[in-house]
Amino acid sequence: MAEVIAGVGTSHVPAVGAAIDNNKQNDPYWAPYFEKIEPARQWIAEAKPDVCLIVYNDHASTFSLELIPTFALGVAAQFAPADEGYGPRPVPIVQGHPELAWHLAESLILDEFDLTIANEMAVDHGLTVPLSVMYGQPEAWPCRVIPLAVNVVQYPAPTGNRCYRLGQAIRRAIDSFPGNERVVVFGTGGMSHQLQGERAGLINTEFDLAFLDRMVGDPEAQAAVPHIEYLREAGSEGIELVMWLTMRGALNPKVREVFRAHHVPTSNTSNGLIILDHQGEP
Amino acid sequence: MRDYETIPGTYVFDGRRSIQGYALNMFCMSLNAAANRAAFKADPKVYLDGHALTDRQRQAVEARDWLLMLQLGGNIYYTYKLAAFDGLNMQDVGAQMSGVSTQDFSQMMVDGGRRVEGNRHIDEIAERTNG
Repeated sequence: MAEVIAGVGTSHVPAVGAAIDNNKQNDPYWAPYFEKIEPARQWIAEAKPDVCLIVYNDHASTFSLELIPTFALGVAAQFAPADEGYGPRPVPIVQGHPELAWHLAESLILDEFDLTIANEMAVDHGLTVPLSVMYGQPEAWPCRVIPLAVNVVQYPAPTGNRCYRLGQAIRRAIDSFPGNERVVVFGTGGMSHQLQGERAGLINTEFDLAFLDRMVGDPEAQAAVPHIEYLREAGSEGIELVMWLTMRGALNPKVREVFRAHHVPTSNTSNGLIILDHQGEP
Repeated sequence: MRDYETIPGTYVFDGRRSIQGYALNMFCMSLNAAANRAAFKADPKVYLDGHALTDRQRQAVEARDWLLMLQLGGNIYYTYKLAAFDGLNMQDVGAQMSGVSTQDFSQMMVDGGRRVEGNRHIDEIAERTNG
């Protein structure tokens, strides 16, 4: 049976993607961030997952106000990098896993999570920056990818609890897939940031560090946190953090913290990266 | 009043804003296509005529007033496409919306960002103003 081997939580800041694409990792502004995340890259190079299921949000790239699915699962064989208004990122085409993705769609919908199913879906920085964060600049991504897009742009995003329960259902689905795939689930976005309005630039490191602690030890408590607390404490765009709860829901109740990094700022965003696995658990 | 309306300087993109800003946001969305960017660049007025913006939204777009666009139903992920079209980045836009120079905004970020203390609730702003 397929297996969830670990979870990765990471911000998906476009400026990080641009720094990688333009080879600015050694610039004084960027070097401290990239030095901090180097152990995560070593970890995934050794873990070698077959599939990364990436929970992310589209930023008016594939979806717009025309059509706003709360959860959309990509079942295609390939997903091209999206043109977000300034040309697509120069990154490899993402290779999907239609068999596992369709198994997820069928299992999740019958498990009462009514997903939208997408055969045509360009993927924007929300999905490709996490791949770049973890894998750098390979000729081809070394894993297959299943995109799960979550609406967090149009209020209201799904609740943290709904995202967490979806993660638990994803785990049940992967556990029942007749294959040998080793899967890492990514929760992406955040951490605290506000891009809009007179309060633009808000950062709340105390909130972010407490969130990371709860990802490890008390996800149920974090899943109960209402939207107003994210909006007020972590900034209007900090609501993206609910997507990390889907990753966490797909893991065992008890996890090992393999790695953690936190860096302020990357552009206008508090940047977090955490890896959780099941080693050392009975 | 909705709970999130008590957060200062924040325009939560709810259904009401989505109704108000639909044409504005979809104009911005259209800039995802290179051919549309070329057409907008070649003749902005003609291009904007093809979108049903209100007069105020059109003025805000032409003035590149990023804060006013939000107040008229714009969403930052959409309006940012117009900013990128102009060659601006998110710090340029954040600076203009919060009334400081890009240099000062960037320095604020390097120094740890805008603090949440004093910025959680409109009452805190009112107390400062009255005090």
